[in-house]
Amino acid sequence: MSRENPNVKGSQEPLTSPGLSVGIYLLRLLGLAILDSFALWFLYHLYQDQVWFMFVVILVITMGINLVFLIERLHPFRWMSAGLSLMILLVIYPLGFTIYNAFTNYNQTHLLSKPQAVGALENEKYLPGDAPVYSWTAFRSTEGSFALWLISPDGETFLTIPGEPLQQPRSGEAGVGMLDDKGIPTTLNGYIRLSRADSVKYLTELTNLQFGIEPEVIVVMSISKAARYEQKYTYNPELDQLLDNETGVIYRPVDGNFTSPSGEQLTPGFHITVGWRNFSKLFRSPALRGPLLIVFVWTLTFSLLSVLFSFSFGLILALSLHRSLLPNWTKKSIRSVLLLPFIIPFFLSVLIWRGMLNPNIGIVDRFTEYLFHWSIPWFTDPFWAKTGIILINVWLSYPYMMMISMGALQSIPEDLYEVAELDGATSWQQFWGITLPLLLISVGPLLVFSFAGSFNNFGLIYLYNYGGPPIPNTITPAGYTDILISYVYNTAFTGNGNYSYASTVTIVIFLILTIFTLLQFKYTRIWEEVYKNV
Amino acid sequence: MSKSDPKQKRSSSITRQKRLNVLVSSLVALLGMGFALFPFPWIISAALDPLNVLSMQTFLPKRIALDNFISLFTDPTRPYLQWLFNSLKISSVTAILVVFITSLGAYAFSRFRFPGRRGLMFSLLLVQVYPNILAMIALFIIVWQIGRYIPGLGLDTHGGLIMVYLGGAMGGNIWLMKGFFDTVPKELDESAWIDGASHWQVYIHIILPLIRPILTVIGILTFIGVYGDYLIARILLTSADKLTLAVGMQGLINLNYNVVWGQFSAGAILGALPILIIFYSTQKLIVSGLTQGAVKG
Repeated sequence: MSRENPNVKGSQEPLTSPGLSVGIYLLRLLGLAILDSFALWFLYHLYQDQVWFMFVVILVITMGINLVFLIERLHPFRWMSAGLSLMILLVIYPLGFTIYNAFTNYNQTHLLSKPQAVGALENEKYLPGDAPVYSWTAFRSTEGSFALWLISPDGETFLTIPGEPLQQPRSGEAGVGMLDDKGIPTTLNGYIRLSRADSVKYLTELTNLQFGIEPEVIVVMSISKAARYEQKYTYNPELDQLLDNETGVIYRPVDGNFTSPSGEQLTPGFHITVGWRNFSKLFRSPALRGPLLIVFVWTLTFSLLSVLFSFSFGLILALSLHRSLLPNWTKKSIRSVLLLPFIIPFFLSVLIWRGMLNPNIGIVDRFTEYLFHWSIPWFTDPFWAKTGIILINVWLSYPYMMMISMGALQSIPEDLYEVAELDGATSWQQFWGITLPLLLISVGPLLVFSFAGSFNNFGLIYLYNYGGPPIPNTITPAGYTDILISYVYNTAFTGNGNYSYASTVTIVIFLILTIFTLLQFKYTRIWEEVYKNV
Repeated sequence: MSKSDPKQKRSSSITRQKRLNVLVSSLVALLGMGFALFPFPWIISAALDPLNVLSMQTFLPKRIALDNFISLFTDPTRPYLQWLFNSLKISSVTAILVVFITSLGAYAFSRFRFPGRRGLMFSLLLVQVYPNILAMIALFIIVWQIGRYIPGLGLDTHGGLIMVYLGGAMGGNIWLMKGFFDTVPKELDESAWIDGASHWQVYIHIILPLIRPILTVIGILTFIGVYGDYLIARILLTSADKLTLAVGMQGLINLNYNVVWGQFSAGAILGALPILIIFYSTQKLIVSGLTQGAVKG
């Protein structure tokens, strides 16, 4: 075929008429121009905030898209540019970023880059001791923006609007209407004066606003008072230090935080790289290592038992349906019913099962209590919590196992059984000698994928019991039914949000998956065949 | 005894075997169906029982009414209908975009020969070993970071969530779809080229109509997958009115089993309905797509 002779094939490629191609070319340039101007704007901001990792990713994607659309030779890549860009941004980059995170101090208070942290700190205000305090009246526009009329203790009046300098207009100027007997304008152009009661309603909104512009910023302090605030910290880029304008203390960056000589740290901090610190903590600290080991062993056990039980159960059903002499329509409808657990969105199933197992009130529990006078501790005892999880997972996944087994059973030739029958093999022997080995050849890879999939079955573990019951005396939250991925989640998103340590644990998962894949490479031909068939 | 006796004996043993077979397979099937269906009657009875309390639930409700559904729809602190709508919206938008974007990529992999093709295709699959949910922390930080500049794609937005789903769905689906593009003979393209068709026209007018079934399967599977996702939605979404059904329902029932059981059951039935309808109306298509897809990796 044409594959063997690229030149011949090339001449067969479709040609578009010149007129059309000029139009398309211009359209393409226009599209690129729009994309590029947007990308440049984005890159500029990333550069300013020194978000380098993302800067590089966006730069690579943008340049890639430009290249493939400008160079005719690269035209196949145009088709996949959207897909590949999304993959680079949301799969490759996050995976790489996770590895990077493991070498940083990323957590909830060290989320910002240094310039971002400086920006946040420079935004902080303080009330100087000698600051003038005003009484205020608020005006609100129909779009929801506010203006304040201020009266100082010695009777001076000001008008202030967010983002504009302080003004001192008289009645008739700047839209200010007649003043009432307290010296407050009755009307203000574009705004409606708020009564005391309305001001109370908008008080939180008002206190969050900054009126005026730097350095003269007016902030509402209470229902009756507003005052002039000043910038609390000033950054000196040459000396790389922050000056506290209120106290005169100087803060220098130490280990991701601006720190005073006496050791006081400012939040937010910023992220820095810390080398192998997270890894050495992971392997040296018994309080971290212990739970990780428990979690690791349970992850493997959970995956193995889930696959084993759900496959056995699915296979039994598939066998009995396959060999069954029941009429076809019965088999079909039985199969439809048996697929139900697989189809119901799993989050609903897990939550429903959780309700039914609930101690003292769930149906299953009331049943066991009635029969055995024993309430099974489905959520508080490690063993029973694990049993519950496997029970639910079997319920969730045997339909899939049944489905694939039924498909595979159909491909086993009938005459093998006939020969076996002639040789006097019992059906038990036939199962172990013929059915199972042949079945495993075709279903085996799917079982391996299913095993690897269980590794990441976060939803089941978390919705069942958040990974609990908790393991006592751990630094990071960990439970007896936590698998690695839910352990990562709990470490990162509960408590103090230790992103970098959680990323370190993620790398452990990466390693396991890599070993797994390498074993597949070595002992199976899956990947080889895949590569050949591309 | 006549000659025909052993034959008769044999046929009677066959009928006995037949009966035994039907009996055993019916028993196994009944057992399996009992296990599969076990939760359903309880959920339906709980949904229709105005009592709304788990600990007092009886198999047959004393009174049947739609109280649970009504309170589920009218409780402003738990905007159930909003969640359902959000889930349907996010899942369909993601499914449509996934089908569109991945079919473009698959077309290129199937129809063009270019250097690096095989390596690229192989890496697409290799990356699937590490699903992007493993990088949940990085995804969280990335989406937060993007949201600082493009608010529509940040944390707690549906745009950001859809973006993450799209990224995760690319590799496997391009791979899967390419396999089906390959089944369309290249001669069709070539004859269209002779008629002056461009690649784009071949893609739109010849290939897409021919593989519409598999596009549907991939669309539906993506829809079901996104509809059922808990982790990413949980990490990215926070406001009550932006939640998906998965996160919302978990919040609804969490620690409240005894007092909202009926409402939860009502919500679970309605929430499962779209998927049940989609699945059973396209069952054949999906089951074949699923087993084939699984075999293909």
